[in-house]
Amino acid sequence: MKHEINTDPVLQIDSLVKSFGNNRVLNGFNLKLYEGENLVVMGKSGSGKSVMIKCLVGLMHADSGTITIRGKDITMMRPQELDILRTEIGFLFQGSALYDSMTVRENLEFPLRRHKERLRIRESNINLVKEALENVGLSEAIDLMPAELSGGMKRRVALARALILKPKIILYDEPTTGLDPITAKEIIELMRTIQKKYSTSSLIITHDVDCARVISNKIILLINGVNYIEGTYKQLVQSTDPLVKAFFK
Amino acid sequence: MAYSQEVLARFRNFFIEIGELSFFAHRYFKEVFSPPFEFKELLRQCYQIGNKSLLLVGVTGFILGLVFTLQSRPTLMQFGAESWMPSMVSISIVREIGPVITALICAGRIGSGIGAELGSMRVTEQIDAMEVSGTNPFKYLVITRITAATLMLPILVIFGDAIALIGSAIVENLKGAVSYQLYFGKVFNALHFNDLIPATIKTFFFGFAIGLVGCYKGYFCKKGTVGVGEASNAAVVYSSMLLFIIDFIAVFVTDIFFEI
Repeated sequence: MKHEINTDPVLQIDSLVKSFGNNRVLNGFNLKLYEGENLVVMGKSGSGKSVMIKCLVGLMHADSGTITIRGKDITMMRPQELDILRTEIGFLFQGSALYDSMTVRENLEFPLRRHKERLRIRESNINLVKEALENVGLSEAIDLMPAELSGGMKRRVALARALILKPKIILYDEPTTGLDPITAKEIIELMRTIQKKYSTSSLIITHDVDCARVISNKIILLINGVNYIEGTYKQLVQSTDPLVKAFFK
Repeated sequence: MAYSQEVLARFRNFFIEIGELSFFAHRYFKEVFSPPFEFKELLRQCYQIGNKSLLLVGVTGFILGLVFTLQSRPTLMQFGAESWMPSMVSISIVREIGPVITALICAGRIGSGIGAELGSMRVTEQIDAMEVSGTNPFKYLVITRITAATLMLPILVIFGDAIALIGSAIVENLKGAVSYQLYFGKVFNALHFNDLIPATIKTFFFGFAIGLVGCYKGYFCKKGTVGVGEASNAAVVYSSMLLFIIDFIAVFVTDIFFEI
């Protein structure tokens, strides 16, 4: 995939450390995501990928290290400042995390309630919702409840919700996990389309090699809480390191 | 040795939980009066907690009134004191039985409902999703539910008391040929503001306790479906215990400030 990289990263993690009791999950993890880039972080289950992405949006507090998003260190931010910064980030949760008690439309309108005026979005809510649903090919699902949607549809609606504030950075936590291969391919294709349309930078947490192959500009392998190896898909596939080979064989 | 350590650990966990619940309550009071206010969600919760509990509270209150009167009647008749029935039933129901029974029923219905709902939202990352979208989930989910429970419980208790008195009046009418007019005349003669006001004030605290414990247990639910079950169960158990503690304090305070 062709892309242009600016010199300043839009998202940067330096020496991130996070422990749960005696278990040190992240042990000085580093990452740089540049504008327009699709960066994939891979690793075994329990390797700390989800912990890292949760630290990135302030859902967990790191023990040490810095996280800089668009030049602002989020580890030093007050909750109100963090709420504002979060509107520049879209987050697709592993299990979609749609609000059960709300319709698809209400799910998509939810992020608009607080931030629409501040972001100077002039379009009406319904137009924004329709546009977001058209982007994911689910216009007909607007009045359905999450319980009425299939797994793939839920993931698409969650993606539409992540896009509703037109963020510049999108974080994907296992976007294809739990989906059948065909739906997983559709989601990957959708991620590529969205990246092209909105010129977003994406950080994708996955252990789906196919997803990494199709979408990544760069891959980081996270093992034992540190960056074990970095490179393009082609470079990693050709690696002779047994741990890397185990991932990509 | 191991047993004493286990007992100590349990005591420690109990006090940690009390401390965390106090912090949770402190956060509620800190954020409840600061904008943004979630009025729409508050109204929805009032409907969910209030309107949807009416049938349960009504049926329970009606049966309570019927049974209470049926059970008390023979004893009062032995002393030739049937005429005291309306006063005795009304004072007992309004002062104590009505608020406590209604609150216990609501602890079961509302407390477990809130615990399970917030617990499953926590487990399925819906609360995290709210936070990531730049919305304060504490304000949207917790403050609205605690406030709605606090506001709705007194109304439910008054409703339950009224239905219980109707149930009692029906028994008196059928068994003792007492007219409804006479029955309610005696009820209103027996009841004073000193009976109504403290009983109503304590129901606000009952509602607050039910909402607080339900939200606390659900909001900090452990991972997995077991966690949701535990949150729901603990919400009922802890809030029921808390209701009796509040009731004891309320009776004690009422005894000091109101002439009973």
